[in-house]
Amino acid sequence: MSAVGYAAVAGQIVVVGAGAPLLTGWMRQVRARLEGRAGAGVLQPWRDTRKLLRKEPITPVGTGSAFRTAPALLVATTVVAAALVPLLSTDTPVSSHADLILVVALIALGTVALALAGLDTGTAFGGMGASREMTVAALVEPTILLSVFALSIPAGTTNIPAIVSGAVDEPGRLASPAGLLATAALAVAVLAETGRIPVDNPSTHLELTMIHEAMALEYAGPDLALVELGAQMRLTLLLGLLSSLFVPWGIATGTSWAALAVALVLFAAKVCLLGAVLAAAEVFWAKIRLFRVPELLAGSFLLALLAVTASYFLSGAS
Amino acid sequence: MSAIPAALATATTLGGAGALAGLGLPYRLRVPVVGLLTAGAGVAGAAAGVAALGGSRWATDLPGLLPLVGTHLAVDALAGVFMAVAGAVVVAVAVYGVGYAAGHGPHGLGSRTAQAMLPLFALTLVLVPAAASVSTFLVLWELMALVSLLLVLAEHRERASVRQAGVWYAVMTHLGLVLLLAAFALFAARAGGETFAALRAGAHTVSPTVRGLVFVLAGLAFTSKAGAVPLHAWLPRAHPEAPSPVSALMSTAMVNLGVYGLIRTGLDLLGGGPAWWWLGLIAVGGVSAVYGILQAAMASDLKRLLAYSTSENMGLVFIGVGACGLFTSYGDRPLAALALAAALLHVVNHAAFKALLFCAAGSVVRSTGLRDLDRLGGLRSRMPATAGLFALAALGAVALPPGNGFISEWLLLQSLIHGLQVPGVAVAVVLPLSVALIALSAGIAAAAFVKALGVGFFARPRSPRADGAREAPPLMIAGMGLLAAACVALALVPGLLGDALDRAVSAIGLPGSGALSGGGVRVRLTDISASLSPLWVVAALAVAIMAAVGLPRLYGRRRRRMNARLWDCGGGAPTPRMAYTATSFAEPLQRVFDDVLAPEQDLNVTPVRESAYLVERVRFERRVPDRIEHRLYEPVLRALAGTGRSARRLAGGSVHLYLGYGFVGLVVLLVALAVGW
Repeated sequence: MSAVGYAAVAGQIVVVGAGAPLLTGWMRQVRARLEGRAGAGVLQPWRDTRKLLRKEPITPVGTGSAFRTAPALLVATTVVAAALVPLLSTDTPVSSHADLILVVALIALGTVALALAGLDTGTAFGGMGASREMTVAALVEPTILLSVFALSIPAGTTNIPAIVSGAVDEPGRLASPAGLLATAALAVAVLAETGRIPVDNPSTHLELTMIHEAMALEYAGPDLALVELGAQMRLTLLLGLLSSLFVPWGIATGTSWAALAVALVLFAAKVCLLGAVLAAAEVFWAKIRLFRVPELLAGSFLLALLAVTASYFLSGAS
Repeated sequence: MSAIPAALATATTLGGAGALAGLGLPYRLRVPVVGLLTAGAGVAGAAAGVAALGGSRWATDLPGLLPLVGTHLAVDALAGVFMAVAGAVVVAVAVYGVGYAAGHGPHGLGSRTAQAMLPLFALTLVLVPAAASVSTFLVLWELMALVSLLLVLAEHRERASVRQAGVWYAVMTHLGLVLLLAAFALFAARAGGETFAALRAGAHTVSPTVRGLVFVLAGLAFTSKAGAVPLHAWLPRAHPEAPSPVSALMSTAMVNLGVYGLIRTGLDLLGGGPAWWWLGLIAVGGVSAVYGILQAAMASDLKRLLAYSTSENMGLVFIGVGACGLFTSYGDRPLAALALAAALLHVVNHAAFKALLFCAAGSVVRSTGLRDLDRLGGLRSRMPATAGLFALAALGAVALPPGNGFISEWLLLQSLIHGLQVPGVAVAVVLPLSVALIALSAGIAAAAFVKALGVGFFARPRSPRADGAREAPPLMIAGMGLLAAACVALALVPGLLGDALDRAVSAIGLPGSGALSGGGVRVRLTDISASLSPLWVVAALAVAIMAAVGLPRLYGRRRRRMNARLWDCGGGAPTPRMAYTATSFAEPLQRVFDDVLAPEQDLNVTPVRESAYLVERVRFERRVPDRIEHRLYEPVLRALAGTGRSARRLAGGSVHLYLGYGFVGLVVLLVALAVGW
């Protein structure tokens, strides 16, 4: 495999790892401006991460190895997933090792690791967060896999580069009812997986409503930096995955450096746009009650099921 | 000269010797000798299975062994899978069992009866797949049921609930036997012979209605043995109440034989059937998967949770077997082979991780005497090896990479996703729903095992008994280590099983799928463009973890880790009673699935005498009853009891009345003969 392929993989990892705080800063900035505030600037999450990394690591008494390893595992699963998803190029040396199901499962592994860390603290909040997170994760799973199913029908495989390059060659797939329904379903699932409004509020610290933050309450210093970075990277990765699947143009399909550079710029533009839309939408939405979340997820599940059936019957008719 | 007969003969000899040793030897010698002989029988059985998987076949008739019909034995690669799995689990559990029974006193598993039954149980688990005629199969099947029943009852002196579980198990396993007897009797009568070869040859001459009836009856019996709904009620009772080594055997090797029976009968002897059989089987599998894991997520009894999870995994296997039959009935044989290979691989994976889970749960129970997750906790520092092994097995059970369960579920999903190539509206509706059910069960499984591990082993002990937990003795850890090694091998290099699985699939006449190939480190599907390299995933994760740990250290100032008090939002150092329990962990899921689970709860508030506003005591109780049992079994049981009560009136005690019954009966019979024939 060529050097461009390896460069593309490295680029994907770096852009997700280093770009994630910037994306979060950008989304916060968009939100602040829409709410009439000045905002802390796009670079603020970077500064926070730097500050946290320089603090001393702290182990709360009574926690064990699950608590200590979870932050690294959260980041690691996202990094591996970032290497596998064709964010910049479909022609990478690692693409044949895994498929979309594995990417979904890796993200779920990060969720499980953090939930275990929440329970490991033995505090009521940690358990509460873990319990809620696992409930939401369990209900999101069918939607995600059915969307994967719907997407893989026209491509004939669950291999993501094949799905993406197939969509580049045949844009009609994306505009089909199946493609649109799968997009909508996956978008809801991404909101739930990344803990955004309306499922969870990433900026809340009100104990009784939070999900993700409750699991991370006991973290401090470098561990906290990794947990925050992991969450930001997951958001970037999933928005990137959405853009790769449904707006695949610009992703390099061959082995040329120029195409890779164009892909990098376009990727940044697409993810920033998606992030801005999400941030703008969050201004107008409220977080829904925890026990209304299943209704939302059931709705997205229905969309995904419709996508699969539509894909089957419409492709069968044509 | 095949190695199979020698291995089977060795297994039988060792198993028989073990049974005699269990009966005859004094307590001190009994446990180690029986353990050694049982392990030997397991090794021999596994060797026979591996030989069969390696491509050798063997068949023999022993005319004198059973009166009138004789004994017929035959081993092919399909039987080999189940023999090898049973043998391997037996070996590990036998080693574990020695540690478990030693020091327990001559009661429970160490008792004479239990020690005599254990090798016999191991032997029947290995021998059932070798049966090649209806009578041989049923004799071994019933022997296995009876022996396991005695083992379930081993601890009946310690808990009253054991006796109740034993009654449930005895009744339901014999209900299954009756169904099986009816199915095979009908089949053998119509096909003109009771050996499997004769059934196979005569299956085409049997009318479709009879074939359907045989499949439904046998299917009910076999799915009941595997713990699938609706005849699952014995499993969550018997598996938790049995001593843990026995639970491990029952929940892996024995439930597997339900799957074996179904594959053998449905796909091999009956030679496949119309789509409705398999749609029914997929429905049973899908409902079992979701219902089983939902009940597991609600359970706060550790072993009950594991037992329900067995129901779930067997449901997944049945989805695979059903998909295989469905694709065969539509003529897509390569895809059918893939579905069956996925189901068989899941059987193997499930056996590895579930045996380990039950063994780890057993060492918790042995050390603390507790099965209630709400009272456990803090075991990771008190029993580090057990906790680590439980975590490893749980990773397999939640079907996430890099666990072994993920690989078989991935294969199963691939076969279903690509199944849409098969024409037919039923397929187009059923396959997406199956994928959704598998995904939902995987999601809830994650919640259930996060609960089991996080509440049971992490945090701090919630009771003095959990506080005083001690690590299990070395032999138990050694037994669990064998299972853990199997889990790791299955997770990293599943491709090594590729040829064996292909042979097993081709034993029932399907082409080999080539699903697992590529030197053992790669899962590559030949007909479908999808691949997975488990070893690569593990390596990539390891590198990424090292980077995630190392890079921040390079950047930050190197400082030593400081210990600090738990912050807990400023509340500070909560007591263990304030930690989340298993019940509270499951509450949101229970609320989401309220309509399915229909929990019952009781709230009693006792005010102090002086004022109605001051509360003296609050008592809250919640049960999540098995709703299928509630709705399906209780009416039947009530009707049976009612019939019994009203039938009592027939027996009034008067001799004249009884003579009258005899007279009327005779007249009715004669009239019927005169009119009818």
